[in-house]
Amino acid sequence: MTTIITNKSASGTEADQTGKKAVYETKQLNLWYGSNHALKNIDLEIMENEVTAIIGPSGCGKSTFIKTLNRMVELVPSVKTSGEILYRGRNIFDNDYGVEELRTRVGMVFQKPNPFPKSIYDNVAYGPRIHGIKKKKILDEIVEKSLRGAAIWEEVKDRLNENAYSISGGQQQRICIARALAIEPDVILMDEPTSALDPISTLKVEELVQELKKDYSIIIVTHNMQQAARISDKTAFFLNGEVIEFDYTDTIFSNPSDKRTEDYISGRFG
Amino acid sequence: MSLREKFEFELNSAQEQLIDLSTMAVNALNKSMEALINQDVDAALEVIEGDKDINQLEEFINDRVILLIAKQSPVATDLRRLVVTIKVASDMERVGDYAVNIAKETIRIGNQELLPQITQIQQMQKLAVAMLRQVIDAFVEEDVVKAKEIAELDDQVDELYGDVIRRLMQAGGENPDRLSQITQLAFISRYMERSADHATNIAEQLFYLVRGQHYDLNR
Repeated sequence: MTTIITNKSASGTEADQTGKKAVYETKQLNLWYGSNHALKNIDLEIMENEVTAIIGPSGCGKSTFIKTLNRMVELVPSVKTSGEILYRGRNIFDNDYGVEELRTRVGMVFQKPNPFPKSIYDNVAYGPRIHGIKKKKILDEIVEKSLRGAAIWEEVKDRLNENAYSISGGQQQRICIARALAIEPDVILMDEPTSALDPISTLKVEELVQELKKDYSIIIVTHNMQQAARISDKTAFFLNGEVIEFDYTDTIFSNPSDKRTEDYISGRFG
Repeated sequence: MSLREKFEFELNSAQEQLIDLSTMAVNALNKSMEALINQDVDAALEVIEGDKDINQLEEFINDRVILLIAKQSPVATDLRRLVVTIKVASDMERVGDYAVNIAKETIRIGNQELLPQITQIQQMQKLAVAMLRQVIDAFVEEDVVKAKEIAELDDQVDELYGDVIRRLMQAGGENPDRLSQITQLAFISRYMERSADHATNIAEQLFYLVRGQHYDLNR
């Protein structure tokens, strides 16, 4: 006979219920590009081993937000920030916080597959080599493990020395994910990782994200609302640089509390 | 589990819960009639109490299906299956409500001697319960031929219903002091007739699921 489980509460941090910890906590995070106030008072708590989706219309600040999490946004001149981003409890804006260290813990995958113009093997081995790993045997192991982790090993294991541009876009994107995995990150940031891919490759990447969350925390920016609905645990809706709503994905897509969220996910604007 | 496998798992779980809900509702209908025949007020109270579980399970199935529709954007057969699941759950929840109504009438009748028309109502019960059980089997097997046969049984229930009402009216003339029980039995026969209609509705839903078209089996 059926047992009825009451819906989990959306309020409160999940750490209380499952023992998961926050990987990121942003506190009153603000960001300006010159005079353009792009992120406004963002308070978000992102939990480990979860997929957190960031959705919102173009220009709402979602890409800016995830690029701030590994301080990549600072590559843009005239950027100014205030507030805090705690990564594993430490403010990444602290003067003594090493940005290189942060980026070894936080990998990133971009909208368009951007492999280096090198062999598949060298693409994946690139990060570990930079971090001083030279032994072929160890590099071989890392490359295989990372390619397996990105669910592409079987497809490329016999052509590791071919140029990464010789494979399909969907495969290239998974190579880029393998490259991110090779440095054994803690968090993987994904900025619209499937927007340049066909539906089958998209599905493969989505399935991969589900697998990866067992070992990593994933933050994914997506324009595809159904993708957010399918693969994420929590969803944040951004609008004009503000977080309008942040909740369990189940709640956001079945019973959002803010009318603007509902309007956006039902396609009334954006 | 791949995303598709997860979706199918959820879909199957919702279907399994629907079968549970159906079993609970049909058992309640049977139990309410047993309580009436045996004039067992405790059993009638149990039926009323048990309806909470039926209602809760229906809500749970609905929430689950709504979440699947919201998150997975199902299409074609998947979509029809989810919509049909909600509708069948609603039919079965209604059958549970009729069981409650019968239980309440049972309590009102108390230990008054039952009129002989109860025998025909029992026949209606047997048919309605058989229809409901078989239509759920047909649903699981996606057997539209069986579903059509079940729907045809509804004519027998309707005939019995007409007959019961006629006889109760007659009894009313002969026993004006028992009008209260006569009215109660008329209601109970109505609940049985409606329960059989829900079996027909479910048969129609099965046609919609399998063939993607609407059929009216209740002519």
